[in-house]
Amino acid sequence: MRQLMKGNEAIAFAAIHSGIKCFFGYPITPQTEIAAYMAENLHKHGGVFLQAESEVSAINMVYGAAGAGFRVMTSSSSPGISLKQEGISYIAAADLPCVIVNVMRAGPGLGGIQAAQSDYFQATKGGGHGDYHLIVLAPSSAQEMAEMTVTAFNLADKWRMPVMILADGVTGQMMELVDMSKLPEVETCEKPWAANGRKGRAEHNIINTLYLSPEELEAVNRRQEEKYEQIKAELQDWEEYNTENADIIIAAYGITARIARAAADRAAEEGIRVGIIRPRTLWPFPVRAFENVTAKILCAELSRGQMVEDVRLAVNGRIQVDFYGRCGGMLADEDEILDKIRRLAGE
Amino acid sequence: MNKLLNKPRSITDVPFHYCPGCGHGIAHRLLGEVIDELNIIDKTIAVVPVGCAVEAYDYFECDVMEAAHGRAPSVATGIKRCLPESVVVSYQGDGDLAAIGTAETIHMAARGEAVTVIFVNNTIYGMTGGQMAPTTLPLQITQTTPYGRDVLTQGYPLKMCEILAQVKGPSYIERCALDTVPHIRSAKKAIKKAVEYQIKYGAYSFIELLSACPTNWRLSPSAAVKRVGSDMVDYYPLGVYYDKFSEGK
Ligand SMILES: Cc1ncc(C[n+]2csc(CCOP(=O)(O)OP(=O)(O)O)c2C)c(N)n1
Ligand code: SF4
Ligand SMILES: [Mg+2]
Repeated sequence: MRQLMKGNEAIAFAAIHSGIKCFFGYPITPQTEIAAYMAENLHKHGGVFLQAESEVSAINMVYGAAGAGFRVMTSSSSPGISLKQEGISYIAAADLPCVIVNVMRAGPGLGGIQAAQSDYFQATKGGGHGDYHLIVLAPSSAQEMAEMTVTAFNLADKWRMPVMILADGVTGQMMELVDMSKLPEVETCEKPWAANGRKGRAEHNIINTLYLSPEELEAVNRRQEEKYEQIKAELQDWEEYNTENADIIIAAYGITARIARAAADRAAEEGIRVGIIRPRTLWPFPVRAFENVTAKILCAELSRGQMVEDVRLAVNGRIQVDFYGRCGGMLADEDEILDKIRRLAGE
Repeated sequence: MNKLLNKPRSITDVPFHYCPGCGHGIAHRLLGEVIDELNIIDKTIAVVPVGCAVEAYDYFECDVMEAAHGRAPSVATGIKRCLPESVVVSYQGDGDLAAIGTAETIHMAARGEAVTVIFVNNTIYGMTGGQMAPTTLPLQITQTTPYGRDVLTQGYPLKMCEILAQVKGPSYIERCALDTVPHIRSAKKAIKKAVEYQIKYGAYSFIELLSACPTNWRLSPSAAVKRVGSDMVDYYPLGVYYDKFSEGK
């Protein structure tokens, strides 16, 4: 069942396949295909597409639908994701499962509409106020956008927390073959906590994020921390390419990892062994991938250096970590990466 | 001994934290009575606001969601679109509904979402200690209008019933007051009708309740309740602003 489709459409297809009841969104380039696909198709599967009056409103509609126990998704791009942060903080605080897609474009401010990876900090370090995390998945192809969407819904329900798919404008817009027969199993679970009407339940269900007693709130924070620690132990996910006996390891995610791979192949022709570590989860960051690395590391990103901080933390000063980044919507350049590789190899 | 007056079944045993003379307690009771009378406790989901009613999730026996400040209409929309058979009530204060959440309010009304809005207008930000609200009356003294609200620099109060009456989407809009017994009785009737419209017609309704905040108005409970019937009613006329399904229309 291979189809040629845009990465954004692959996400939308997989979300419907995962059984979403609602999609709430607001138009912004370069992710609007997701909303367009939902507008055309979601109702055919008994779902509801609704264009909200703002991203603020859309994410709070997500809160309502998720709180009522339904699978729900919203998608946006960088400026819109900033606007959603208040709602995301509430959703995380209330332990509500949902999927949020950020097809990143360049910032800050209105920035530009070309692809970037400059929302890494925002996605992985919290984003809104308070101590919380999202599970963050980083697809690098249309195929992975589809697969990770199914995974995202499974994880959201399993861990009762919001999951973000952190993609970029290139993977979102690019058309590729997607094999839908390779999608992961859709796993659903009961949601006895949902505020969906008591229907004879002994107790009423409350979806709430207010804890005026500091003792109580600290206990809530600690409970979430335990969950986060468990997730860090269980969920780290990455892909390795030619890492064994490599002279240099490139750490890159999303579209940048694919460009880095092309540069690595060319370096191999010159006799420089370059491996790639491509994080597939950005939170939890795959620290384990770097445990036994002894080669020099080059971190490549479409930003001025965000994931590189996590790579440095992962190796904890043990080895040198260099950085290559393009920003403003410029793509990483294969030749420039190759130059960097040559220089590192010569050092 | 026979108790003559009981608390509605839809209200929990948790003691309200509201000040003496506060309108929130009355509004809660009226909504509780309506839920009881229509026997809808098992299918009602209340969305409660950030404001003095922030702890209302502990006061209602039905399922409840606590929304971020001003976002109750969006939360209510999310719920209702998933559960069209449920009864969804969005309970909000004036700062919540008419300042930070104005966009959400107007757009939910424009969509004619099958939700009942209970709008407690006390012309002040109660919870944060009495600052100017979008509904604060001209010349009214608050913590952030210590010389009285100057409409030329601080803007005019918003009349939400009048604004929403311009929007096609609502089925029923009424402004009531929680001061005298007859007014409170008609407020209850309005809430009941609004919920019935939701059940019967899938209708959006907006019920504004003019309400006292003695603490932040720096008035005794009785003087505060009197002010509702005088200054507030003068500026915010009571009555039905729209009723799509009333007889004769
Ligand atoms: C985003 C955000 N901004 C500000 C606040 C602080 N705050 C809490 S309640 C409130 C005003 C509530 O006033 P109103 O809606 O009139 O309700 P009342 O307390 O009068 O019933 C404000 C500003 C907040 N909690 N969240
Ligand atoms: S401060 Fe005002 S609105 Fe808040 S509980 Fe007291 S009287 Fe009611
Ligand atoms: Mg108020």
